[in-house]
Amino acid sequence: MVTVVSRAGIWLVALLLAILAVAAAADKGFAIQMGIVAAACAVGLWTALTRADYAGVARGLIHAPADQSRYDDDPIRWGVIATVFWGMAGFLAGLYIALQLAYPVLNLGLEWTTFGRLRPLHTSAVIFAFGGNALIATSFYVVQRTCRARLAFPGLARFVFWGYQLFIVLAATGYLLGITQGKEYAEPEWYVDLWLTVVWLAYLAVFVGTLVKRTEPHIYVANWFYLSFILTVAMLHLVNNLNLPVSLLGSRSYPVFAGVQGALVQWWYGHNAVGFFLTAGFLAMMYYFVPKQAERPIYSYRLSIIHFWALIFLYIWAGPHHLHYTALPDWAQTLGMVFSVMLWMPSWGGMINGLMTLNGAWDKVRTDPIIRLFVISLAFYGMSTFEGPMMSVKTVNSLSHYTDWTIGHVHSGALGWNGMITFACIYYLTPRLWARSRMYSLRMINWHFWLATIGIVFYAASMWVAGITEGLMWREYGADGYLVNSFAESVAAVHPMFLLRAFGGLLYLAGAVIMTVNVWKTIAGSPLREEAPLRDAPYNAVQDRPLVPVAVPAE
Amino acid sequence: MDNRKIDDATGVETVGHEWDGIEELNNPLPRWWLWTFYATIAFSVAYCVVYPAIPMLSKGTDGAWKWSSRGALAAEMSKAEQGRAATLAAIAATPIEALPEKPQLMQAAVAGGRAAFRVNCVQCHGAGAAGFKGYPNLNDDDWLWGGDLRTIETTITHGIRFPGDDQTRQSQMPNFGKDGLLPAASVSDVASYVLTLSGKEQPGAASQRGAATFAANCAVCHGPEGKGGRQFGAPNLADAIWLYGGTHADVAASVTSAHAGVMPAWAHRLDPVTIKMLAAYVHSLGGGEKFAPVPTPEESTPAGGAAPAAAAPR
Repeated sequence: MVTVVSRAGIWLVALLLAILAVAAAADKGFAIQMGIVAAACAVGLWTALTRADYAGVARGLIHAPADQSRYDDDPIRWGVIATVFWGMAGFLAGLYIALQLAYPVLNLGLEWTTFGRLRPLHTSAVIFAFGGNALIATSFYVVQRTCRARLAFPGLARFVFWGYQLFIVLAATGYLLGITQGKEYAEPEWYVDLWLTVVWLAYLAVFVGTLVKRTEPHIYVANWFYLSFILTVAMLHLVNNLNLPVSLLGSRSYPVFAGVQGALVQWWYGHNAVGFFLTAGFLAMMYYFVPKQAERPIYSYRLSIIHFWALIFLYIWAGPHHLHYTALPDWAQTLGMVFSVMLWMPSWGGMINGLMTLNGAWDKVRTDPIIRLFVISLAFYGMSTFEGPMMSVKTVNSLSHYTDWTIGHVHSGALGWNGMITFACIYYLTPRLWARSRMYSLRMINWHFWLATIGIVFYAASMWVAGITEGLMWREYGADGYLVNSFAESVAAVHPMFLLRAFGGLLYLAGAVIMTVNVWKTIAGSPLREEAPLRDAPYNAVQDRPLVPVAVPAE
Repeated sequence: MDNRKIDDATGVETVGHEWDGIEELNNPLPRWWLWTFYATIAFSVAYCVVYPAIPMLSKGTDGAWKWSSRGALAAEMSKAEQGRAATLAAIAATPIEALPEKPQLMQAAVAGGRAAFRVNCVQCHGAGAAGFKGYPNLNDDDWLWGGDLRTIETTITHGIRFPGDDQTRQSQMPNFGKDGLLPAASVSDVASYVLTLSGKEQPGAASQRGAATFAANCAVCHGPEGKGGRQFGAPNLADAIWLYGGTHADVAASVTSAHAGVMPAWAHRLDPVTIKMLAAYVHSLGGGEKFAPVPTPEESTPAGGAAPAAAAPR
């Protein structure tokens, strides 16, 4: 009873503070955002007061099987659902802004639906909402299984999940309202940044706490990658968002770093968001789920150590390559470039360890659609981690910079590597989390695989053509001694490529729709679809439990 | 604790750890991987020796090749400038009236003008110079202020209604409706009359009433037949070209509240040679007019079909 009262009291105080903030807000955007916070507090207050077993209600809502004696999987179930939901939102926004670029009339003449506001909505939805939820969910899943321990702070883990969703909603609604720091991939304003910091430290505590209470003697390589991801993102986020708010009740703030220093800090952040969020974190997923699905040992323990330390040491220096041929001093540009070049092999170490893990199981690529997703994601990972160092070479960059080549590069990594491996993990996790023998349909996974793969090919190929067209047109110099093309002419020239890109995005979205249906049917407990069988890794429910604490370490 | 065993499928020994069923093989680093990694490191060290790389107290090291991005840009720009210098000097030395007599120079001026147009003018007049509503099409032969080389050059140099340039082209059509000079019914009538001039409307009662209003209020600038007057930049109303739209509602809106568009005076941003080349380019787009004989008597160029620049409204 005491806990109910104190819980409700905390929610009430937070609710009152949020309402006060609405009343005293310095600008309309801040008032609306605080209104959202107040609504979240009201929901929290209601769940605390009704005192019903709301966790149980929630579990009923998502058809969670009873597993209290096993691992703490509820936040992971929520995470899988959130990943699918935000993925759909992010892909849809991406398709829409791709069409806006081809048909500007789709800006609708409204400030809230302009490309400038929807674009960060798309990037944040796919990177932080879709990718972030996938990372949090899989990290909670992997850390429990590879440590043979339940999550360290169950309440805090739930706070991490819901707090992260609040961060996403605040960020997304802020973009539509025009609240932005104007820093790519770090658009949320100061108060949302502070909130994310709180959530992220809680995440770190849950993760490290679980590592500490492990019953395995060693820490598995996937957990090294997760930990480096959580720690580094915390550091990047804090430094890049050192801002001074104009008013404590307003949405505007100014950064501490100005000019070229600000640009360098921003791209130190931006590049390592790619390096630690989208690379290290997702490599962690690879290191657990690929050997599990392939039922094969990791190819090389030594390679995993060397490429881990090389990767995290080299990545952190490569950011200046985003500022080639700018006011950034030449020496810093050089360092950005050479660290990117040296990063090539450490990045490929992850691809080698992933693909070579299939040694002895390559036949499964023919028969197992989930393995197929893992293999294609590693192939795209290898391709974009070669393309990246190549584009960081200044001579190449002088052609590629500011063109759609960069957009193509980012998407072959994001759609190919991050997207595909996340899909594979969702397909691995869903039947295990909901105690089904397999996904509703393995054939639908196969359809998803092909739609997404063909979609990426359209996307990447059209953006390569568009980017190189732009680069060549912008630098084309006539015999009369003048530049040949105006900017608008290069825009007109790549219009067909913009259409092909949108078509690729449509295919990718269509694949994700199939996944949503498949996950929905699996969770809802529909009878498995009758179809010609495909291979899947079997689920051993009996072994999927923590060791009893008193037991000696495994084996 | 040593659980090392040989993996059946590959014949490689494991390292003996196991997590949730996952084991690790004890394969060595692939040699090609390791040597490529070493090669990228060697390349990077060499690159740092020859290019600026190491931050010192006040600036970074220069590198053995003494390359700098600013230096490279300056060298490229100066090479390009040297390539153009002779031509630009020749254009500068030639009065704009004499340009058409030197086809090669004219061609170079048009090329330079095209480049400058793409940077400075496309924002309003469009990449094809076809203009938009409120921004004149420069491809046709309908000129507000005149279409010979010298006149175009003057327009570009001093702009139109541009504050801060005392030679800018200046005129102001009254806001006949907004300021109560004409009642709304008369505005509508005069719009009807104006549209009969280009045959867009059939003459009727409204246009007949409008004709009288036109003669009293509009003809002084637009001419008795509505063919415009370049002295005031008054548009020709008898053709099918409309800067602010040619529907009855558009014309009535223009009479009610005059537009008075503004173009910047480019003398403040561009050098005289660039402006001369821009004039040559705009002139070459299709509607350029020949010089009228009036301003310089020694010029023998016959006047084109268009009106002389200083002519009174016709």
